Amino acid sequence: MSKIKPRGKVPKKAAIDEIVEIKTLIRHPMHSGRMKDKNGKIIPKRIINKFVVKFNNEEVFNMNLEPSISTNPYIAFPFKAKVSGTFDFQWIDDNGDKYSMKRKMTVA
Amino acid sequence: MKLYKLKTVTRRDAIFMIGALGSSIMFPFSSTASSKMVSDRINEITNGKGAEESDLFLDLPEIAENGNQVKVSFEIESPMTDKDYVKEVYIFADGNPAPNVAKFTFTPALGSCSATTRIRLSKTQNVHLLAAYSNGKYATTKSKVKVTIGGCGG
Repeated sequence: MSKIKPRGKVPKKAAIDEIVEIKTLIRHPMHSGRMKDKNGKIIPKRIINKFVVKFNNEEVFNMNLEPSISTNPYIAFPFKAKVSGTFDFQWIDDNGDKYSMKRKMTVA
Repeated sequence: MKLYKLKTVTRRDAIFMIGALGSSIMFPFSSTASSKMVSDRINEITNGKGAEESDLFLDLPEIAENGNQVKVSFEIESPMTDKDYVKEVYIFADGNPAPNVAKFTFTPALGSCSATTRIRLSKTQNVHLLAAYSNGKYATTKSKVKVTIGGCGG
């Protein structure tokens, strides 16, 4: 199975009060529990069920994902730049695994 | 429901078919989600208050060739201040095996209320959006997507 790998695109610099777009993608099969493998056996459900974004340790955005979200979930959302800081992205897998990624943004 | 060739229909099959027909009349929404399930979910979330149909920006393709990857984005006008902001946005699909697709939780820190993601659609159906405002109001909108190849596997 391909490795689960998070990716994110955050502007390195932003102006004060500028609304920037944050884009994230994680490589994950998102097995809905309805798909079958080559032998006709149902692949058990295994999805990313939660995505949480913190900025300077304060939660700013989160999303609950259901099996109707596509393979390799792509999520984009806005953020209003006020102070420099670090984004902390976290994806939570059905099996309890957590994948995280940090990105810095400088506001001037 | 399976399609039967006429010549192979036995008495037993016929009884099954009548049974299947009967149950599909009694429980027409048992195999997939439906607009009723979506409105039930909206009622549940809004505590029976219901949501006002309004003109929120919900962007979906009119025709999706591949239901496995359908880009959906939305934008809801809101000042996004501590007193007045959009708290939550739900997305439902009324033709998928389950109506829930996603729930987004927003905070005023985002400065605007929008998001983009990719969803699976098993067949031609309506995609619904429900927005919950911080003042306790709800708004909803929907958009129809024609799906050429379904994307739920099975």
